[in-house]
Amino acid sequence: MRRSIVRPRRENAKAQLLRALERRARSERRWAAASLWVGVGIVGLFVFCALAAPLITSSGPNDQDLLHTLQPPSWGHLLGTDNLGRDIFSRSVYAARIDLMVGLITTYVPLVLGVGLGLLAGYRGGWLETVVMRAVDVVIAFPFIVLVIVVIAIVGPGLLGVYIGITVVGWALYARLTRAEVLVVKEQQFVLAASSLGYSNARVMLRHILPNVLRPNLVFSTLDIVLNILVLASLSFLGLGVQPPTAEWGLMVADGQTFLLTAWWISTLPGFVIVLSGVGFSLIGDGLADRLGRGWRGRAGEAEGALLTVVEDGA
Amino acid sequence: MTAYLVRRLLHAVLVLAILTLVAFMLIHLVPGDPVRIMLGAHAPPAAVRQVRHELGLDRSLVRQFASFAGGLFRGDLGTSINLQRPVGEVLGPRIGPSILLLLYGTVISLVVAVPLGVLSALYRNRPVDHVIRVLATIGLAMPAFWFGLLLVEIFSLRLHFFPVAGYGDSLFGHLRSLTLPAVTVGVYLAPLVIRTLRSSLNETLAADFITAARARGFEERRVIGKHALRNALIATVTILAINIGYLISGSVVIESVFNIPGLGSLLVSTISVRDFPTISALTLVFGVLVIVVNLLADLSYALIDPRIRL
Repeated sequence: MRRSIVRPRRENAKAQLLRALERRARSERRWAAASLWVGVGIVGLFVFCALAAPLITSSGPNDQDLLHTLQPPSWGHLLGTDNLGRDIFSRSVYAARIDLMVGLITTYVPLVLGVGLGLLAGYRGGWLETVVMRAVDVVIAFPFIVLVIVVIAIVGPGLLGVYIGITVVGWALYARLTRAEVLVVKEQQFVLAASSLGYSNARVMLRHILPNVLRPNLVFSTLDIVLNILVLASLSFLGLGVQPPTAEWGLMVADGQTFLLTAWWISTLPGFVIVLSGVGFSLIGDGLADRLGRGWRGRAGEAEGALLTVVEDGA
Repeated sequence: MTAYLVRRLLHAVLVLAILTLVAFMLIHLVPGDPVRIMLGAHAPPAAVRQVRHELGLDRSLVRQFASFAGGLFRGDLGTSINLQRPVGEVLGPRIGPSILLLLYGTVISLVVAVPLGVLSALYRNRPVDHVIRVLATIGLAMPAFWFGLLLVEIFSLRLHFFPVAGYGDSLFGHLRSLTLPAVTVGVYLAPLVIRTLRSSLNETLAADFITAARARGFEERRVIGKHALRNALIATVTILAINIGYLISGSVVIESVFNIPGLGSLLVSTISVRDFPTISALTLVFGVLVIVVNLLADLSYALIDPRIRL
């Protein structure tokens, strides 16, 4: 046994460390992939419910059955019935239509606006940049919900106010995120090369810069959907958003408020539906953040903080 | 440093000025006649004329803005149409409960979130981390109003530990009444703190000065406790300041759920009567709160971190 002891040990330690790091990276990747697919599964389920609502449940969202009011969950009524005998499962399924639609519209309309303005501001600079960024500062100085409620005070309660309100507020974070990215990208070789080839500003912006600044915005948008659905539900709960008797998750929670002791399921179960949908979109966001590259994740994290200034915000 | 201070202050003043303009413009953005909307379509013309005069709407825009801004400098926020009282008098007693709720909620949030965020970073990609991340994801997706109702259902209606709603009479009463709302605020804010703290700690733990401390042979406890955590705490202060708007948004809804006589519940209840002077004043108050907190955070951050002194 005349083997050198020191040398192999040192090699071992190094190999061990490398293996540990590799294991960590692999486990992180596996976790992210699982996040993505579980998220896609959950969101897919909700989209299916929204599209195929009449196939999933036989009763309509506003069908009253006054002989079977306040029924606890059972095989006949999976999530029970409310004080008017409406089936809570059917209402939850139909509500997916309005909640998903509002969630998507109030996320992607501001995304398009914000990315456009951020792109122009970052690329052109000058007075345009000053105006856009000061507007961003003012919007971000408001608590998100307060500004949306103020817009509703102007427009009047209802969905129109929600759409306008969230759009007026929501673009700012995308603009800020996009401008920050543009400032970095526009100094890179391939953009300088494109400009020096004499391509028009529009072409450089749309073909060369835009694809490179879109990814962090998309990652951020999945979190934004979660927050916007929560804003819609909160506003409806407060009586400022979707009006009764339309089936909407937040409104359903509000409907059950007076029955907390006698019929807990009316408020409680639609809340779980909201949580599940939000978890679905968040998981997609986490998975995408990893898949679209590590560098983006840090910046998306910053945006998350910034958003919250607006909602920061946000709900 | 001085240059930075001046720049930062000027910026805050500019945003404040635009904010004032926005608050002033609210009533003028209303489609149709705001006075008719406030009083109803069948209000007698004399009353409409009187309210219009009281609001100064019969004067030119410039003079209206001058008197609005001049009033602000004298501490006059206008007169509530609905209550027929100065808005300052209506808002004054509501500031205390709102601030108390924000502070109480923040404390609860930190007590929950800081240990979880640190654990999550230290046990990165181990089961503990996964459980905490799942909890944070669920927390982020949870509607605050719904969680508040769950707490009421369990701890007020069934167990009778806390009052269902309201604000209490004494300081102890206030704290007791605000406990459930503050827990709701805390749970609403915690996921953000956990997520941001985790990623900021992970970044710190990968930094060169940590490697250097380890290379010097310091024990792990000292490396984490003295070097990493100190940075994490600075990060936490920033996280809280950046998210002050998010925090206020949550508390507006939560105040309404628990019927707390604060600014948020006032805002929500004022919308149905469309009391525009009150709405304008609340817009200003909330905006100023956010601007001041962000300003303080930036300044204290510049004091703590020498790299910011540009």
